[in-house]
Amino acid sequence: MIDKPRIGVYVCHCGKNIAGVVNVEDVAEHVRNMAGVIVAKDYRYVCSDPGQDMIKKDIRDYQLDRIVVVACSPRLHEPTFRRVLEESGLNPYLLEMVNIREQCSWVHMDEPDKATEKAKDLVRMAILRSQLLEPLEIKEVKVLKSVLIVGGGVSGISAALDLAEMGFKVYLVEKNESIGGHMAQLDKTFPSMDCSICILGPKMVEVARHPKIKIISHADIVRVEGYVGNFKVKIRENPRYVISDRCTGCGECQEVCPIEYPNEWDINLGVRKAISVPFPQAVPSVYRINIDYCLQCYKCVEACGAREAIDFGQKPKETELNVGAIIVAIGFEPYEPYQLKEYGYGTYQNVITNIEFERLINAAGPTEGKLIRVSDMKVPHRIGFIQCVGSRDERIGHIYCSRFCCMSAIKQARQIKEKLPEAEVYIFHTEPRTFGKGFEAFFRKTREYGVSVVRGRASKVLEDPETGNLTVFVEDLSLGKPVEVEVDLLILSVGMSPPKDLESLSRTLRIPRDPDGFLLEAHPKLRPVDTHTAGIFLAGACQSPKDITDSISQAKAAAASVAALLSRGKIRVESMIAHVNQDLCIGCGLCQEICPYQAMTIQNKKSKTIPALCGGCGTCASTCPEHAITMKHYTNKQILAEVVTAFQR
Amino acid sequence: MSSIEEEQEEQEKQEKQQSVLVLGGGVCGIQVALDLADMGFKVYLVEKKPSIGGHMAQLDKTFPTLDCSACILTPKMVDVARHPNIELLTYSEVLAVSRASKSFEVTILKKSRYVNEDKCTGCGICAQYCPIEVPNEFDQGIGIRKAIYVPFPQAIPLIYTIDKENCIKCGLCERMCEAEAIDHNQQPMKITVTVGSIVVAVGFQLFDAKNKQEYGYGRYDNVITGLDFERLVNAAGPTGGHLARLSDAKIPKKIAFIQCVGSRDEKSGNLNCSRVCCMYAIKQAILAKEHIPDADIHVFYMDIRAYGKGFEEFYTRAKEEFNVKFVRGAVSEIVEIPETKNLIVRVEDTETGELLEKEFDMVVLSVGLTPPSDSEAIENILGISKGEDGFFSSPDPQIFTVDTNIGGIFIAGTAEGPKDIPDSVAQASAAAMKASVALVQLTQEEKHVEK
Amino acid sequence: MAEEFEPKLIAFTCNWCSYAGADLAGVSRMQYPPNVRVIRLMCSGRVDPIFILEALKRADGVLVTGCHIGDCHYVSGNLHAEVRVKLVKKALEMVGLEPERLKLEWISASEGEKFARVIKEMVDQLKKLGKNPLRDG
Repeated sequence: MIDKPRIGVYVCHCGKNIAGVVNVEDVAEHVRNMAGVIVAKDYRYVCSDPGQDMIKKDIRDYQLDRIVVVACSPRLHEPTFRRVLEESGLNPYLLEMVNIREQCSWVHMDEPDKATEKAKDLVRMAILRSQLLEPLEIKEVKVLKSVLIVGGGVSGISAALDLAEMGFKVYLVEKNESIGGHMAQLDKTFPSMDCSICILGPKMVEVARHPKIKIISHADIVRVEGYVGNFKVKIRENPRYVISDRCTGCGECQEVCPIEYPNEWDINLGVRKAISVPFPQAVPSVYRINIDYCLQCYKCVEACGAREAIDFGQKPKETELNVGAIIVAIGFEPYEPYQLKEYGYGTYQNVITNIEFERLINAAGPTEGKLIRVSDMKVPHRIGFIQCVGSRDERIGHIYCSRFCCMSAIKQARQIKEKLPEAEVYIFHTEPRTFGKGFEAFFRKTREYGVSVVRGRASKVLEDPETGNLTVFVEDLSLGKPVEVEVDLLILSVGMSPPKDLESLSRTLRIPRDPDGFLLEAHPKLRPVDTHTAGIFLAGACQSPKDITDSISQAKAAAASVAALLSRGKIRVESMIAHVNQDLCIGCGLCQEICPYQAMTIQNKKSKTIPALCGGCGTCASTCPEHAITMKHYTNKQILAEVVTAFQR
Repeated sequence: MSSIEEEQEEQEKQEKQQSVLVLGGGVCGIQVALDLADMGFKVYLVEKKPSIGGHMAQLDKTFPTLDCSACILTPKMVDVARHPNIELLTYSEVLAVSRASKSFEVTILKKSRYVNEDKCTGCGICAQYCPIEVPNEFDQGIGIRKAIYVPFPQAIPLIYTIDKENCIKCGLCERMCEAEAIDHNQQPMKITVTVGSIVVAVGFQLFDAKNKQEYGYGRYDNVITGLDFERLVNAAGPTGGHLARLSDAKIPKKIAFIQCVGSRDEKSGNLNCSRVCCMYAIKQAILAKEHIPDADIHVFYMDIRAYGKGFEEFYTRAKEEFNVKFVRGAVSEIVEIPETKNLIVRVEDTETGELLEKEFDMVVLSVGLTPPSDSEAIENILGISKGEDGFFSSPDPQIFTVDTNIGGIFIAGTAEGPKDIPDSVAQASAAAMKASVALVQLTQEEKHVEK
Repeated sequence: MAEEFEPKLIAFTCNWCSYAGADLAGVSRMQYPPNVRVIRLMCSGRVDPIFILEALKRADGVLVTGCHIGDCHYVSGNLHAEVRVKLVKKALEMVGLEPERLKLEWISASEGEKFARVIKEMVDQLKKLGKNPLRDG
């Protein structure tokens, strides 16, 4: 604290808004002789240009170092007057504003005397506080112009390309062998009926080729440290037993490999070799040996020959990345309906999920696009869809709507009709959520193809063991009575679940989860892609279920947020931060527990603030049992000074 | 030309290409402007009304969190006003756009407020003394404003505007203004700016419920639209937040919400879903119950589209916690009882097949979203195309949602199609991203050409 | 004739919600008694029990206001404020001071009317309770 602050006080008339009730000249007079007050004036509109100039002139002429503006709400003009101080060479935090308009003249219009007395009290409080104000450091930290994107589905890919185009270095980390996510598994997309891999494939290749993007696949995030602009991330690349730099993706090893095992990417409907890529368009097209199935017969090593890309001794590799920001785009997992015994999934062979359907109908899939029943390889004639499987269901704790499945079922129903025009197709649902652009028209057109829409929840499914057919029991809400419909093939439209590794990743990244288990955004309305941790953003289904179009939009939004954050090369850190007195601190860790921004770390048994993360709330200061924490600009002394003089004239 | 002059011209050209025009100052335009300004670009934000804020500023609370709308919007509005990279041009419209090499030359008309923007401090004394009262558009015509006015107290910029049509030129405002900011002779101004990219975020217009004649909007006092309802429950609205009937100011005890008014309806000419009305009706039903705990509330719907984050839970809350009754049925007609001004709603309950006639004190029509009134003018000025539904559309709306048929011009928000606030904000940032990439590529191309 | 007792009320408000709500009361010209002196903090979580105790040495009542639960600008500050006010109330009871002299209210930025009403009600209640025996002067 400066020993002898020189305070300038400016009491605003605001036309008649304040002066019509409060005697502003009296208020100025009241404080003119207070200790430290060099100048106390009243003026018609202090916020106007001449008003601001008057303050600047007084700062020069009287060497003022504290300014008290008595006027409207600081929520209106605090930044205006802070700029005045800055332009006069003073630290902007040496300003104090007193609200005698919104909280005085406007609310005590019939009691001008009492309003004036109140104004005098408020100005006194501000003057005593201003004597204790200290200049605050306006700190900027450098930010790295690089981004880590966790998850290589359509959201991660979209954000990666946008940011790379802007000139940022992008690390795209994907836990699976290939990027592409679930979109790569789909056959067609709604409502345009574009072939999914046809629109995604080129983007995947673009990502692989882009000089600014580095794909790190078959890898996990181990640890994240640091703060916005300066994150240190440890990544572990899991062994493929193939050396990436040497593998040319020629596939000769795959041809000679004798072992086949169920391909998870084909939802275990198809097989892959012990050395293989999960699907032909995989990016990167680096082969991988599944060591659990491999016989180590060395046929692949022979086929690989001079390239010598296979290495059975490969170990997990840990790398450390330094990035300025992180985008989490880890997507979703299709809900696995084993729990819903009434539908018979896992027991009845001809009950499949919508994602299994995608692989069956896909021309590059395990049946080369032939829609056949798993039980007898026959072509089905009657196909049913049950909606909301794993969504809107209190019993399993998934109360949310998965948003894409109505349209997905309608799309799949149309595809069936296109392939098998004579087939009977039924969709059992409670309501079609066809809300998006072109959705309603798509739904109408699909009904014109002859798809039957039955309004009602399917209560149970029974199998005829001889035929493998299924009978669906549903309460038909339009007819108002229960019906039974026999189908050859039943497709469960399963919803989106948070991916299994989301929980551990949420802890690694310190992002809380919402009640449905998806990642929590900072504000559902105005900050849908931010998290509470500065520098970490969300995109895509991991934030909440959504379709491809909305995922891409959100990914672009996340990329925009990152670009805005990193473009200037540095960011301003909050000045009103907590400071821990190391002598008084006993290292109890309470502040660390309660800080919502993880801004307190314990080092050498003492607590310290990470300035870049501190949000400036001050909760730690009032929590510390030793009163070791000072909240800058809202110190105990400053606040108590106001309390003491509030009514004491 | 000397090389120094050439260099200067080149730098000016570069600076010009690093600027963006954003059309529309609703929550979407505001987000685009802030994102681009934060990235370091110069943004011209053009808004036709005297204040930014759009429709979101008119709302009371937002679904599904029941956040106070103004509370979350006004800080962003203030950020726009203060941002050194944003030039805010309110009460302005775009007159013409022409291509100048790879940039756009935009002519903007700043309409006359008859108030000097540099002198007005927003103190409001003028409005206190103005003798003329007219229906306030911001309050859906339910409340009043003066002929010299700001549309709402948190308007940005907080500068008064004189509505010349209703002004009687009494001169009282001029006499009372201590900042000498009134100028009855102010002329409109034309400004020309050169920008590298344009984002169109001009929002939507509500379906005019008068077009659904069988529902009686405009004839029956107690049939109101969803937005009328918002202004009634808003604490800063014309009734101070009291949900009261417009006919006799009594508190309604039986309220009906009718869904899909102007949407999914061949007769209204719009077969598409408006995407937000299910949720806003559920929200309003809950607000009505909060205001009037013993009210009996019915929602007559076709389907309940509660698809977004937290939506299904919100729908369940309305049913279980607030006892809102949801009836699946098509409302054929609304008839007024002249003595009480109550309303009879005729509906076919599609689940039971019954034909019902129910009496209500108040009926709220959940009107859909239609393209904004000036969309044709914008189409002509910019040359961007619309989709079948009349909203601006990308040639490939699924993958390239914010693009248009013209390189360098992007669309976002409800101008692209009906959507709620979170989706508008996300799309706004997406458009900002594309606009910024376009600008970066522009400068790179120039550098490449030079080499 | 004895002058009517005018209670003195100190109110702690948070910058994002309750202070803004108080401003809105002003913008809407809602009138309330001039007995209150508002101290602006960034968050209700900043309110330290010693502020409340010191305030009760100079005023007849203390009002702590903040954002509604779930809306705290700093995520959880108001939760801590709630716990602390409860504890201080218990402490006040133990020294025989009426716990009604300390009040906690959540006021959002749009609840100008609520702010005005809370002040009015509290001033009325303090008038009934009379002067705070722990107060000097």
